[in-house]
Amino acid sequence: MIIKSTYNELLKIAYKPRSYIGIAGIMIIIAIILFAMKVDGSFYISLITGQFEQSLLFEGTILNGNLIAYIIIQMLIIHVPLLIAFVTGDLISGESAMGTIRLLLTKPVSRNTILLSKFFASCIYTFIVILCLAFMSFVLGKLFFGVGDLIVLKSDGLIVFQENDITWRFLYGFAIAFLSLVTVATLALTLSCFSENSIGPIVTTMGIILLFTIIGSMDVPVFDTIRPFLFTTHMAAWRFFFDDPLNMTHILYSIAILVAHISVLLAIAFYKFNKKDILS
Amino acid sequence: MENKAKIVEVKNLVKNYGTFCAVKDVSFDVFENDVFGFLGPNGAGKSTTIRTILSLIKPTSGTINLFGKSLIDNRNFILSKIGCIVEKPDFYKYLSAQKNLELFARISGNSITKLKISELIDFVGLNGREKDKVSGFSHGMKQRLGIAQTLLHNPDLIILDEPTTGLDPQGIIDIRNLILQLKNEKNKTVIISSHILSEIELIANRMIIINKGKTLVQGGVSELLNSQEIIVVFKVDTVDKALFLLQQSSFSNCEITLQDSSILIHTSTDSIPIINKLFCDNDINVSSIETKRKLEDYFLRLINN
Repeated sequence: MIIKSTYNELLKIAYKPRSYIGIAGIMIIIAIILFAMKVDGSFYISLITGQFEQSLLFEGTILNGNLIAYIIIQMLIIHVPLLIAFVTGDLISGESAMGTIRLLLTKPVSRNTILLSKFFASCIYTFIVILCLAFMSFVLGKLFFGVGDLIVLKSDGLIVFQENDITWRFLYGFAIAFLSLVTVATLALTLSCFSENSIGPIVTTMGIILLFTIIGSMDVPVFDTIRPFLFTTHMAAWRFFFDDPLNMTHILYSIAILVAHISVLLAIAFYKFNKKDILS
Repeated sequence: MENKAKIVEVKNLVKNYGTFCAVKDVSFDVFENDVFGFLGPNGAGKSTTIRTILSLIKPTSGTINLFGKSLIDNRNFILSKIGCIVEKPDFYKYLSAQKNLELFARISGNSITKLKISELIDFVGLNGREKDKVSGFSHGMKQRLGIAQTLLHNPDLIILDEPTTGLDPQGIIDIRNLILQLKNEKNKTVIISSHILSEIELIANRMIIINKGKTLVQGGVSELLNSQEIIVVFKVDTVDKALFLLQQSSFSNCEITLQDSSILIHTSTDSIPIINKLFCDNDINVSSIETKRKLEDYFLRLINN
């Protein structure tokens, strides 16, 4: 039944026009970035490398597909959560607002199965969004800007990754980005269980992300104790794969925090959804 | 009644929302092949009771058994034998009628073929519109689609919560005929809620009336509505004289009330010509005689209140 129910949920997502806003948004933003980089990319690169030109000699094409992909992911990882929440925040509350929840919950499928299938559908949708992001940034970037070594600017200097040492870093980076977006999707889904309208969970999800990001970025000692436990702190964990050497402790800690958030949020969602009286 | 299987058994159902009590100690039974009318004014607790039977709302206390099994322990089994429309038939507006039915068929517990879906679309008169998105459907068309959805998995019990609300007269007749067809030809058990007594009277064989969450009366529709005692309303020119005459006659034991220029007597149908003759013989002009069934009058007063 879980497979049939998940298939139904995917069908609903596929037929809902709002599901394509996220994907279309990503494509438009990436297209704009690719266009801007093609036209004015060398100027942008000189801003980054300018401070090192006195001490380093750059040879070859720095502005290549790998750097473009890195820039795109860095820019988009802020916006994608909004696009994910836009779809997943509507999965339960949208049914309540439309009235279809009454029909759905009078079918011989347990509430746990329905919620779980919505969670799986959220994960699959998030995966498709990440796949689009990966394809547009990584594949199109390489197609338009060619291949080459990747130069990554860190707070303590530049790291240069050889061309044959990059693809796996992106793959793992996308994997951890997927996990962080699933956390956002789960948060939106959980909030969706508490609401009877679609807007509330979406706005609240963005509000929480914004609040946590502000707390995480403020250099105030009082927040030091909670900062490592905020999921927003670990949403940029994909960058750890562009460290040399890799800090596995950081990576595993980020994964653990994200998985813990998903588990706790799901537990709250299951509790609330099972207790919920359908009055709409 | 004894030889019929009990399909629904609700005992001492209570549902509280904080301090507000939506359903207070409601108990009733629905037997196989019944068309059971659930009657009450708006806000009486009909929908809450129906939603509780369908596990959409958790009861505060009381027991609900369907098909001889507890709803709490056998939810999925029980729901696989029920088809329902709760309040209004809401569907996924961005999907076509057929896609909506296919979607619900997939999780209805039985294997349902596309042919069966086509037959149902045909049965409810939506053929030719099955590929259209539900967003373009009228209320009547959605109601028909709701009926098709209800029958998808060939359920034994059909629960229709106010199915005629918002329908045009022809739509109401169609739904009524459909319910009777389901009872008579397909041997289904139907629970139908309504706030219109005449609607229940036409199709139900048993009914319950609830108000403010409490059971007021329940039993066979014919026994409840066609009992011997009725209210006869005589519109007369001299009410005081008419009242005096009745108090002096053999009707002095009947409950008599005055209302403007009318006199209301709780009596039987046989008494009407006798009372009329009494008034005429005593020069009281009777301009109209109207009969009301006691329960109907009671229910109308309930609705008006």
